Amino acid sequence: MTSPAAANSGAASSSPWHFFAYFTAHLHQDLSWLWDHVWLSALPVLAGLVIALPLGWLANRYHWLYPPLLSIAGLLYTIPSLALFVLVPPLFGLKALDPLQVPIALTVYSVALLVRVVADGLASVPDDVAQAATSMGFGPLQRLVKVELPIAVPVIAAGLRVATVANVSLVAIAGTIGLANLGQLFTTGFQLSTPTAYYPPIVLGIILCVALALTFDLTIVFGSRLLTPWRRAVASR
Amino acid sequence: MIANVFHWLTTDAHWRSTHNYTGILSQLAAHIRFSVIAVAIALVIALPLGLFIGHTGRATSLVTAANTFRALPSVGVLVLLTVIIAPHVHGRTDLGYLVPTEIVLVLLAIPPILSNTYAGVQNVDRTTRDAAAAMGMTGQQVLRQVEFPLSLPLIFSGLRSAALQVIATATIASYLPLGGLGRFIYDGLAQQDFPQMIGGGVLVAALALITDGVLALVQRNVVSRGITGRFTTNVATAAGPVAAALVPLGAPVDVEVAAS
Repeated sequence: MTSPAAANSGAASSSPWHFFAYFTAHLHQDLSWLWDHVWLSALPVLAGLVIALPLGWLANRYHWLYPPLLSIAGLLYTIPSLALFVLVPPLFGLKALDPLQVPIALTVYSVALLVRVVADGLASVPDDVAQAATSMGFGPLQRLVKVELPIAVPVIAAGLRVATVANVSLVAIAGTIGLANLGQLFTTGFQLSTPTAYYPPIVLGIILCVALALTFDLTIVFGSRLLTPWRRAVASR
Repeated sequence: MIANVFHWLTTDAHWRSTHNYTGILSQLAAHIRFSVIAVAIALVIALPLGLFIGHTGRATSLVTAANTFRALPSVGVLVLLTVIIAPHVHGRTDLGYLVPTEIVLVLLAIPPILSNTYAGVQNVDRTTRDAAAAMGMTGQQVLRQVEFPLSLPLIFSGLRSAALQVIATATIASYLPLGGLGRFIYDGLAQQDFPQMIGGGVLVAALALITDGVLALVQRNVVSRGITGRFTTNVATAAGPVAAALVPLGAPVDVEVAAS
């Protein structure tokens, strides 16, 4: 326990290594920010995947669609996140500050990234495999779901990893425009640092963000391995 | 709302600076200044390093190490460095905010340039490299006259994604009391002046798109046509930074944060 004097002078409690004490002292608040951060990072990627799957399929099926779709995706991905956050409301007819603006913006990013990944993943399916499936009596949809998508899983998973890890950092940026998530820890730390540096919330925020990104990354790697048992048999990686 | 934003953007007084107001032109200049400094420093560090690693195949772990930086939340690192550095800077300068910002921007710009340069040199056809050596070229000559020009498309995609990353993060630097186009976004937010906030967003997006377009033009003029014809990534480079983020990832994808 730090004495009030120590807390006032900020000597002991402002050490960067006291982030855990800070965490336990503000447990309820921190966990709620962490939870907001989790769903704000994960849901847009899932929504993005749902939208990107048909688009990527189209881009792969009709080759003339690939360049324009990919150019639009590239343009969207070029827009800096903070700009996209504030541009979403007027474009989607929302209020200037709407709780949906950040999830929508992040979904746009995820779609932009994943369209290319899905198209390239489907393109990576060897032709003879697709033909073998057809000759075994698979219809187009069945072939897509049972043969082509499973083969594309590693490529799509790689894209999902990029998208989720990026999202964790982007959500923290959304914190600077007032959204409740781990980014608030940085705002808190910055505000508490006016006379002298107060590290615990800042360090805690960085650690939780990195831990979250790693957790997502490992989950996707693990999920991708579960979905592709045949890859372990080949042992090429 | 869109009409208000348009009005904010087209109001002449918002573009020029007065003694107590920094206009769009000055903030734009500041934004470009931060970004150019950071990309230049990153280029000086990452380009030779990437060429060396790609050419020799040594120290490849450095590329992986640089890529792990991307998992760090940029705002968090920005605030942390500011809190560490700012109290040591006295006087009427914004160096206390500028230095941490530049450090973060450089840290963000290094990974894409480094890993793309490395991947570019690495992707040069074995037989091409051998042919160059067989013609009597020294290692230096192979690197300068064969590997470097052949890896230019990938180096450029790295440079482009680094530039975009830097422009995006320089916007967040306005969250600290620092200039740049992000100023309008954060000031608009604080004053509940939404046309200003959204107008700032339009300006930042425009700066990013124009920068990418200019770099794409430079790339088109610098990269030999013999190469662009050969690379199937032609379509991909037209697609911009997404391609930049994913082109070198034939093998396992590294943790890569493309936008921020």
